[in-house]
Amino acid sequence: MYRYDEFDDTLVRERAKQFRGQVERRLKGELKEEHFKPLRLQNGVYLQLHAYMLRVAIPYGQLSAKKMRQLALIADKFDKGYAHFTTRQNVQYNWIRLADMPDVLDVLADVEMHAIQTSGNCIRNVTSDHLAGANLDEIEDPRPWCEIIRQWSTFHPEFSSLPRKFKIAVTAGETDRAAVRVHDIGLHMKKNAEGRIGFEFIVGGGLGRTPFVGPTVREWVAKEDLLSYLEANMRIYNRHGRRDNKYKARIKILVSELGLEEYRRQVEEEFAAQNTWEKVVLPQDEVDRITAYFAAPKFAALPAISAAFDAFKAGSREYARWAKNNLRPHRTPGYVSVHVALKQQGEAPGDASSDQMRALADIGETYALDDIRVAHEQDIVYPHVKLDDVPAVYAALKAAGLHASNAGLASDIIACPGLDYCNLSNARSISVANEIQAVFADPEFEDDVGTLHVNVSGCINACGHHHVGHIGILGVDKKGEEFYQVLFGGRADEKATIATIQGPGLRHEEVAPAIRRVIDQYLTLRRDKSEKFIDTLSRVGQAPFKDALYAAA
Amino acid sequence: MPLLKNGRIAEDGWALVEDGQDVPAAGPVAVSLARLKADHAVLLAGNRPVGVKLANADDPADLLPWLERLSLVVLDFPKYTDGRALSQSQLLRQRHGFKGEIRATGQVLRDQLRLMIRCGFDAMVIDEADAEGVYDYSAHEFSEFYQSATDTSDTIFVKRQRAREAKASQ
Ligand code: SF4
Repeated sequence: MYRYDEFDDTLVRERAKQFRGQVERRLKGELKEEHFKPLRLQNGVYLQLHAYMLRVAIPYGQLSAKKMRQLALIADKFDKGYAHFTTRQNVQYNWIRLADMPDVLDVLADVEMHAIQTSGNCIRNVTSDHLAGANLDEIEDPRPWCEIIRQWSTFHPEFSSLPRKFKIAVTAGETDRAAVRVHDIGLHMKKNAEGRIGFEFIVGGGLGRTPFVGPTVREWVAKEDLLSYLEANMRIYNRHGRRDNKYKARIKILVSELGLEEYRRQVEEEFAAQNTWEKVVLPQDEVDRITAYFAAPKFAALPAISAAFDAFKAGSREYARWAKNNLRPHRTPGYVSVHVALKQQGEAPGDASSDQMRALADIGETYALDDIRVAHEQDIVYPHVKLDDVPAVYAALKAAGLHASNAGLASDIIACPGLDYCNLSNARSISVANEIQAVFADPEFEDDVGTLHVNVSGCINACGHHHVGHIGILGVDKKGEEFYQVLFGGRADEKATIATIQGPGLRHEEVAPAIRRVIDQYLTLRRDKSEKFIDTLSRVGQAPFKDALYAAA
Repeated sequence: MPLLKNGRIAEDGWALVEDGQDVPAAGPVAVSLARLKADHAVLLAGNRPVGVKLANADDPADLLPWLERLSLVVLDFPKYTDGRALSQSQLLRQRHGFKGEIRATGQVLRDQLRLMIRCGFDAMVIDEADAEGVYDYSAHEFSEFYQSATDTSDTIFVKRQRAREAKASQ
């Protein structure tokens, strides 16, 4: 994991001090809310329905036990003992007093963390593959490049007042676990014809009101040009992105209004015009320094098969199910990645109590090489665990109530906070998610249904990413009543697709039974158990599923 | 409202002439890009100081034919959340090598001063009673930067490299 040096440390400390001054001016009334708003937003402080919310960055989703414990301490000391892990590898606190925010930033700085640019119209926290450094199919670890982008984008003077927020994601696997095609800029590490590794630039994807799968602006950009090419894109956007209408201000609208060809021409022209003063060149020594922090840990030489693990699986159906659903293959023999679904029946997706966070920290330290990741499914992942230790990890998770065995399945729902916390919402999302989870309460039934991504958003802003769910649910308001539109066929992976709205919205209580009918239809139509919901859908088309959706008994 | 020049309160000797208004016979004068394009022969004939006020949508490259002769470029912040002038200023300084004054007008708030300075602004009109005090504080809130910008190329990356080289030569 990256460690701050004196410079990184100075910067976050000075930021905490600056924000303390801004909060003091606000509390004294010297600063109007109108002028305070963009300042607090650049620091992750939102005014929500009931209180201020603080969003803390977890760059590219990586935590250590020490950091996780500090997050738990903040939950206890300044919030109500809970934290919420988000789809963008951030963590949110919903009940922090404004006057306490500066202290929280100091506490974060003590463990090399911050809330810089977690909101506002600037470059946001860089996200990545939660299995980086462990998965089977990546060509290089993307995290050093995420860290380089984090540093370059922190307080970038020119790109601090963009037309709208700006999200960058980086992935390096064939399987895209970072949803790079639905980001403002998605970077996919690839080899060019000569076998050199560089970046495919995907620009103008995104969800929200106007969802787009981003087009490729350049197939391959050399590593040494990464930051300069990013700057060229950012400058075109900062100068020409629309500022007249907040809903048309994202870069996806600029790219679609200019057309891909013209957008690309402008970026290439800007890139070609950069002189030596403007080019952002990182010394190779610096790239090497940052990369060294992400060197693979010293894995033990182990056989690919573990007797302890096999005995564990054979021990009970509960163990076997968890092992089948929550473990992911690791590139090193004898190791595995463990997925902890923060999706207990009846809880808000992504929520964890401070006790659970401390348990997660302990497990990470004892069994997982002190490497803890936050996944965009609002889950926690241990990338490196010995198969031999899996039984102990399971026991510890179970003791903390974190043993949901539904990773990647229907009840592993991504849902935004919705009406319970968010002042933009039209409808509740947590309770709808809970009711859908109840449809799959029988583990045998849920296993039979298999891989299914359900995403719930409480309004058109799409924080629950309903456009890329195999089944998406969108809360809408009709004359003061909550309704839910249902979408089919979205996906966020390398085959990114925007889901299609099926028709009129359903009432709250109609949603779960309707989803049940859709699933029954799938079970009837699928070729066999190996055909996933999303694959049956694309083979037979959406019509029979739509029929089932609206076929109220 | 006070005008700060390099952080100190300064006399504003410039006449900012709107389109349609008459240009005074003498003294420093700043006009719009359209006016400069139309009247540059007359405006630049003598040796009076001439400046231009760019709209946010204007391309600084359009000033190139006359840039060496200009002493002032005024860039506007219609709202403090509109960062287009930051790109315009960077372009003027870094790409086009403009050495004259770049002045910020409009909604100039103390919390933006550091960003403006980094992007090459050396003057600003700011609505603060203690403008110099506010400048001195805001300009120095941060001591380290990752990005090289107009004000310094002494970035964190460069400092790290220097430290490595110093260590290597010991
Ligand atoms: S999708 Fe809407 S309701 Fe949900 S968190 Fe985002 S803004 Fe709030």
